Amino acid sequence: MGDVSRSVTVDGNEHGFATTRVDALLGWARKYSLFSYPFVTACCGMEFMALTSPRFDVGRFGAEAPRFSPRQSDLLWVVGTISQRQAPVLKRIYEQMMEPKWVLAFGTCAASGGFYDNYTTVPGIDKLVPTDVYIPGCPPRPEAVLDGLMLLQDKIARGERRPAVVKPRFDPVEHAESLVQIRRSARDPREVLPAMAREQALARGDVK
Amino acid sequence: MSELVLQKLRERFGTAILETHSDFGDDTAVVSPDHWKAVCEFLRDDPSLDFDMPIDLCGVDYPGRPPALPRMEVVMHLYSVGKGHRVRIKARVGDEDMEGAEIDSATSVWPGLNWLEREVWDMSGVRFRGHPDLRRILMYPEFEGHPLQRTYPADRTQPLVPYRTEEEAGLPLNKIAPFGADEGMPFGRQSTPQPDDV
Repeated sequence: MGDVSRSVTVDGNEHGFATTRVDALLGWARKYSLFSYPFVTACCGMEFMALTSPRFDVGRFGAEAPRFSPRQSDLLWVVGTISQRQAPVLKRIYEQMMEPKWVLAFGTCAASGGFYDNYTTVPGIDKLVPTDVYIPGCPPRPEAVLDGLMLLQDKIARGERRPAVVKPRFDPVEHAESLVQIRRSARDPREVLPAMAREQALARGDVK
Repeated sequence: MSELVLQKLRERFGTAILETHSDFGDDTAVVSPDHWKAVCEFLRDDPSLDFDMPIDLCGVDYPGRPPALPRMEVVMHLYSVGKGHRVRIKARVGDEDMEGAEIDSATSVWPGLNWLEREVWDMSGVRFRGHPDLRRILMYPEFEGHPLQRTYPADRTQPLVPYRTEEEAGLPLNKIAPFGADEGMPFGRQSTPQPDDV
């Protein structure tokens, strides 16, 4: 009981009913109708544009409609570096949003400040606003962002507010042996090229 | 190529040109700060020089120089669109505590210098006498100090919004640095002990 993810099929001539909890039903409805507010400040914005393009089709997750008014949106995408000078703006945008609201940190700079370890950059937006999902990457690939979005949907469905981090599906550190290894050729190119020329000349019949 | 420019400057201003050098095709003249604006006007107005385009203006900090030498250098790069030649002029101002780090504004010579001079004031702390609107341009008005001075601590931040505390957030907010203490930008970390010092 209460599991809205389990599907129930009913024939056309049958009658039936399903039971669930109100919060589970609300979570199920909310997770497929996220209205986004893109707070795009830096180069991650290019990857955000790729994400919203038809190729990756964020509309599959019900999050394709951007609302450029914080009062009409419930998901704040923080895409890019946040400078100290922008911090009051971001905080104010967050406070203007209606409850319930979620915050997604897109990219390493939004998540932790990235390599900007200096006087001008906020070291992660969680210093300013509660953050639900962190998507690392510089920039993250659209697939990683979709993972983050699904993670957020999962959290919304469960009513979970603890922060979550997108993990790489494939960690190159653990699979070093399967990566392409670039090795120097054992043969000296100064020997290889004349040898190839001689072989071609032989094939053409220029030399005996 | 534009040795001519340095020649003309020396002829016109004499001892106000403190030194000149030409390295790697770039010609540089270090001028006395008192003559900064006069040099600019001459470079713009002399028909054979015709510098009509200021490329860049910046401040370079050299703390710990010998006492006779001022600490801050104001560096300007100029280009002549018509003649196709360039020159770099410098002026040295300010003592070890940035006292007297002042120079005449050249916005009346090239109006485009307005924002560049504001940037040099903001980042390096050089005041421009006669600038029409000498405010910070990159940092916020509440910011204290000038971040590109080498004495500004590399790890000093001045947040406009107080950070959330870990009690408030209910979870650790420590940034996971992408590099170790011995990596990153140790050359700027004069305020924090380095592994080499230990």
